[in-house]
Amino acid sequence: MSKLASIAEALLTPHGMDRYLELIDPMLVRREIRGVVTDVRRQTADTVTLTLRPSRAWRGFTAGQYVRVSVDIDGVRRTRCYSPVGSQHGGALELTIKADPEGLVSRHLWRHAEPGMVLGLSQPDGRFTLPARRPGRLLLISGGSGITPVLSMLRTLADENYQGEVVFLHYANSAEDALYREELINRDAVLAYTHAEGGDLHGFFSREHLAGVAPWYRTAETYVCGPKPLMDAVRSVYEADGLSEQLHTEEFTPPELKFDTANATGTVRFAHSGKEIENSGRPLLEQAEEAGLTPEHGCRMGICFSCTKVKSAGTVRNALSGELSGEENEEIQLCISVPLGDVEINC
Amino acid sequence: MTGLADRLTPEQIEDFGREMDEIRQRIVADLGKADVDYIMNVIKTQRGLEIAGRGLLFAGFFPPAWLAGVAALSLSKILDNMEIGHNVMHGQYDWTRIPELSSQRFEWDTVAPAENWRHSHNYIHHTFTNILDKDRDIGYGILRIDPAQKWHPYYLGNPVYATLLAFIFQWGVMLHDLEFDRIVRGERKWSDNKEVGAKMVKKAARQVGKDYLLFPLLTGPLAPLTFVGNASANLVRNLWAFSIIFCGHFPADVESFTEEETENETRGHWYLRQILGSANITGGKLFHILSGNLSHQIEHHLFPDIPARRYPEIAAEVRAVCEKYGLPYNTGPLHKQLWSVAKKIVKLALPGPKQEPAEPTTVSRELKAA
Repeated sequence: MSKLASIAEALLTPHGMDRYLELIDPMLVRREIRGVVTDVRRQTADTVTLTLRPSRAWRGFTAGQYVRVSVDIDGVRRTRCYSPVGSQHGGALELTIKADPEGLVSRHLWRHAEPGMVLGLSQPDGRFTLPARRPGRLLLISGGSGITPVLSMLRTLADENYQGEVVFLHYANSAEDALYREELINRDAVLAYTHAEGGDLHGFFSREHLAGVAPWYRTAETYVCGPKPLMDAVRSVYEADGLSEQLHTEEFTPPELKFDTANATGTVRFAHSGKEIENSGRPLLEQAEEAGLTPEHGCRMGICFSCTKVKSAGTVRNALSGELSGEENEEIQLCISVPLGDVEINC
Repeated sequence: MTGLADRLTPEQIEDFGREMDEIRQRIVADLGKADVDYIMNVIKTQRGLEIAGRGLLFAGFFPPAWLAGVAALSLSKILDNMEIGHNVMHGQYDWTRIPELSSQRFEWDTVAPAENWRHSHNYIHHTFTNILDKDRDIGYGILRIDPAQKWHPYYLGNPVYATLLAFIFQWGVMLHDLEFDRIVRGERKWSDNKEVGAKMVKKAARQVGKDYLLFPLLTGPLAPLTFVGNASANLVRNLWAFSIIFCGHFPADVESFTEEETENETRGHWYLRQILGSANITGGKLFHILSGNLSHQIEHHLFPDIPARRYPEIAAEVRAVCEKYGLPYNTGPLHKQLWSVAKKIVKLALPGPKQEPAEPTTVSRELKAA
């Protein structure tokens, strides 16, 4: 089969087989990963839950990871990261997306998703995952739509018939806003409502909540994903107890990066707008904004690739990996690329 | 030849530049789904023609099928190189962020590797349009196409070289990036070609492999017919691309510039040079598409990164602005522009006068006459 495929690729050079297969059916692609929506439901007023069947290049994911999801909106391909909610042992891909009032992609999917829609996918990524040797005690904490990677862990553990002790603590505004409420109740999860009565707990995360639901938390591994205030609250308790190493967080907010602004040299030129500024040593996205430009961006932390632009000249450092890229006409992510000397960006 | 600077006052040049910027901004703000749908449709048509062409050649023993196959494959290659490849590789669709439409990733159905071509074309030619000794597209280092190029007995062969180039145009475009002329003049070393050369060998091997080996073999006993059919399609594309491209910069009235007059150029000056250095071809909608909208060479040179389907839409406006400033807007039907190029190639084979007699093809001259 692979011999046939390589002959087909040689016949279909330079465009390659996918570019012809997709004309018959967009889901026939062999190299690219796509997913066709097979089911759409809206659990709460501002979320949408999609079930997708991935194309053949999809290799599955590990609970807690995220995938890049692409959709064309008014001619522009937009990409965002979402964590699959399903068990890693199932074949389909389930995504629950909260419509952010400012969010272009989430609002688009929330409004327009329907069975048959084809979305672009990537292989999964992310290190917010359970160790291969499952710990004896697990505490899973989530807030709002941050439930997705953590529920995926819980469902995966259930499929594995996990024999250890596990507590799932989920925060929502109210019962109406609680995603997967019935399932959580069936799975004996603890529901905490921050703005309404009727839950197992009331109010925001606190040491009391923690001690109440998992008195053994000092001997457990804890996974948490949710809004920043929740993550900060959990983190400060664990720090105070000297347990930071047992706490695992999914950062959907930027990590603090250090920049050497004192030794920055050179000029940054934005070729399309003709704007030129002195290199401040900060990431190019910030420098572009300082120059009065408004390049599109998403996560501002190197995940979503929304701010990818072509660097026509000069060298930049990737602030996350420290890698240098000095080739002409290279695509770089503005939000995590710091210029070293003169740089020209097509922006 | 009129100097760049004496045409308009510096203020007029800047006003002119601003009007051009306004047209550009308006189109850029309007880009959207319709542009993507358009190019995706062209791509679908091209792939359909390609499959039909390859398929028909399997019935190549039947002459009408062979002819139809060659026609479909020729059209596929023309669309792929002109309306799709050239324009996508200019970055006209980079704003869509669709990888298949990315200037950095697209590869076209011709022997010239996309990466080599992008440098010589997008950067050298579009930045230094028609500046003698800088724009290597003036005569492609082989021909004397501008009276300001110094005559040499070598140029007696001008018409022969041009005819040969037309027939093997895809190879000419590929070899252009080896910069033979600059090597001869000692400005470039052979060893500088290592990288571009390696890319050429790789790309050419793939192209030759599919057109002259794999597809002929697949048709079994028809292999010779398929071989000739594929060669014919490549030839048709070569002649077509050569004609369109030579009409873009070389008709009689198109101007060239010196390095001195383009030093410290402003954006307005740059726009001005693009207009004076390019020529359009008139024709119907299908003709424009098959030319990759290079029939709107003037608009293309003003706004090389705007989707080419927008050029017809702004052509009238650009022309009106040119008239307002008394600037020429060189345009005419294909046969007229080709004839003008042919005459120029023959005339410049001989040691000729530096100044060419003008032909009444420009608006400014028409206006003066009126």
